[in-house]
Amino acid sequence: MKLLRLAPENTKFGFMRFRRVSYPLSAFLSIVSVALFVFVGMNFGIDFSGGTQVELRAKSGIADLAALRAKGEQLGLGAVEVQRSGAETDAVLRLGLQPGGEAAQQSAVGKLREAFGEAYEFRSVDAVGPRVSGELVQKGTLGIVVSILAVLTYLWFRFEWQFAIGAIIGTMHDLLLTVGFFCVTQLEFNTTSIAAILTIVGYSLNETVVVLDRIREVMRKYKRLSTAEIVDMSVNAVLPRTIMTATTVFLALTALFFLGGHVIRSFSAAMIWGIFVATYSSIFICSPILIYLGVRADTFDRESADASQGVATSKAKV
Amino acid sequence: MLAVTLAALLLLVPSFLSPATLDSLKKSLPSFVPARAIVLGLDLQGGAHVLMEVDSASVTKAQVETLRDDVRGKLREGKVSISGGIGMIARGVQVRIADANERARALQLLAPLNQTIGNVLSGAAGHSLDIRDAGDGTVQLVLTDAAINDKIRHAVAQSIEVLNRRINPGGTTESNIQQQGVDRVLVEVPGLQDTTKLKELLGATAKLEFRLLADPGDPPTDVESLPQQDKSGPLAVQKQVMVSGEDLTDAQPGFDQQNNEPDVNFSFNLRGGQRFGQVTSENIGRRFAIVLDDKVISAPVIRSAITGGRGQITGNFTVEQADNLAILLRAGALPAKMTIVEERTVGPGLGQDSIDAGKRAAIVGGILVICYMLATYGIFGVFADLALAVHIVFIFASMALLGATLTLPGIAGVVFTIGMAVDSNVLIYERIREESHMGRSVISALDAGFKRAFATIIDSNVTMFVAAVILYLFGSGPVRGFAVSLGLGILTSVITAVTMTRMMIATWYRYKRPTTLPI
Repeated sequence: MKLLRLAPENTKFGFMRFRRVSYPLSAFLSIVSVALFVFVGMNFGIDFSGGTQVELRAKSGIADLAALRAKGEQLGLGAVEVQRSGAETDAVLRLGLQPGGEAAQQSAVGKLREAFGEAYEFRSVDAVGPRVSGELVQKGTLGIVVSILAVLTYLWFRFEWQFAIGAIIGTMHDLLLTVGFFCVTQLEFNTTSIAAILTIVGYSLNETVVVLDRIREVMRKYKRLSTAEIVDMSVNAVLPRTIMTATTVFLALTALFFLGGHVIRSFSAAMIWGIFVATYSSIFICSPILIYLGVRADTFDRESADASQGVATSKAKV
Repeated sequence: MLAVTLAALLLLVPSFLSPATLDSLKKSLPSFVPARAIVLGLDLQGGAHVLMEVDSASVTKAQVETLRDDVRGKLREGKVSISGGIGMIARGVQVRIADANERARALQLLAPLNQTIGNVLSGAAGHSLDIRDAGDGTVQLVLTDAAINDKIRHAVAQSIEVLNRRINPGGTTESNIQQQGVDRVLVEVPGLQDTTKLKELLGATAKLEFRLLADPGDPPTDVESLPQQDKSGPLAVQKQVMVSGEDLTDAQPGFDQQNNEPDVNFSFNLRGGQRFGQVTSENIGRRFAIVLDDKVISAPVIRSAITGGRGQITGNFTVEQADNLAILLRAGALPAKMTIVEERTVGPGLGQDSIDAGKRAAIVGGILVICYMLATYGIFGVFADLALAVHIVFIFASMALLGATLTLPGIAGVVFTIGMAVDSNVLIYERIREESHMGRSVISALDAGFKRAFATIIDSNVTMFVAAVILYLFGSGPVRGFAVSLGLGILTSVITAVTMTRMMIATWYRYKRPTTLPI
């Protein structure tokens, strides 16, 4: 039976040749992402910015967005955002954080129910006051920082420092580009998006570790090759696996994106983007660092040789 | 392995049964056999999630006010002469006693107010008050940290009780009320869609007090001005509480016999009834105020002593308002004001849609992955797919066993691990292929493949597992559900991928004795 092979056998791509293109490109994209974050900003959901969000379904006929917005603004609750959320009968209405603390958020919900309760069914109501939204922002940021620290610690123990640097740059790159993705698409960024980011960090590290593991193994075996050749060989060797896993995860996430409903659509979209970026970075970002750092096949040999020599001389002294 | 799989399947069965069948099943099985259905999160079940915060500042304020009343009582008993009233300072009270002897006597009288507070955690006994002579003729009594924290802890525990009585008096609803953090209470009511009445019941402090209206001669520190409910201007009311709503035994909505307006009929317990009778008989002709949450509901004149321990509260209520008030009074007052800081309500319609969407995505995703594995690895793909099926069963079974909550992001997590689960198999298979290309015999390639890939599998899954743990620690609600699915998914996928696949391949090899690898 002829088997499907998406990645051809024994590829011999000169991946490392591309590094003169891939590095500037990645650097450029990272800078663009940061700029987007600063100047355009992400579309923060009420989890982080506070406010009220209700999902309405028209009890009869379709949801008239313009009428909803007009009536909403008359309530004196500040700016009102109305969007479609799938079927023609559904709409999502969003209010900003009301001045006046927690009680004001609750009274806003009450007013919404009064104004729209007759013509619309309230499918869901979310109201987040200033205290909780502040805490969620803190927790979210802390979570990302802690995960990066955890990654650093793990790499420190598992790999020599040159490898670790490559891996951490790769992961940061993925993080930045995902932020840029949210800025560009203006998908709603809420706590599930943080979940997506952390998962992408995990997946990126996953991919990177697989490549670095192989590089280390190849380095031990083929000491005479140049670093670029070693890296190329390793990447080519793991390419089938990388493509395969990326494909299976991609298939699963695509199903989620199209069929999972609008509630987690922004999550699935971010994850799909993350898969591409993570795969790209594990091939083109973290491995070439080794070349730049001047790592050679015998670097580690020499280090361990020095160490054992040092032990020998100290033994002699004693 | 087979036995474990079977056990896992059995664990799943309860999730598909209706609650009634489940109950009868539970009764017939021995107690150690777990028979739990998977807990669905509110975003899938539909229901109300309301997070409330206890106003700790007001708890402390009330504590200080009680202290002031106690101090006044003690000093009056001992007939200590004080100049001016009892002043409030930060977290305490102070009283000016000019004469040094009187001060010493006062200190003695006030000493019993200082109580020990046992701290369960540290075992050390703290004190509730710092009583000291401030030197300039004043005596200060300040609450300690231990006293304040203890009070807040009690307030939260009591609030939970009161809220439970308000929402679930018969113990029949499935509501869940629990403490969250230091000063917050989470109320979850599955199935509830319109939270307006719920929030009315949750938000009202319902502190009922009977106080006398102020005399012109009362010192200003003993009097406060309270708004009236009918908005007819503020009334000067004594601060001292004559009888409090704590002593109510019952409250029922009814109709005033004279003007047929809705009212609430209440009855006191023995102590409350006696006190009520005493106050009314001592103050005939004066007005007394019925104060609810610091608003005067009504202020009738005491015409005669009321010794029967019963009364009624009128105040231009609607039928619904009288009904709600009766519920609140019966359940008791919240020890402190509580504010709603977060609300997330999902209607059952949306919840069901989410479940359906999640199911569809999981099934289609699973099929896509299965087909892909078959196409790429042939017979080995079948092994991987079987392992995948077992993996899915394991995830749900372990969720049922642990009582973990399944949320919509949780379903997303399961779908994601479906994609990731085959990663371990892919690593192994690619390694096997490489080894065989390098010239190893079939059996040695299989062996080397499993061995070499193992370290990488562990490595890569550990990284994702750590991400899941961090997510669990820093997430809340639905995101936690995702972290749980992800973590469990990683564990089960590593186990099934390595052990099951190895078993199947070993069996296949024994039967087929192939000379070449099919991949």
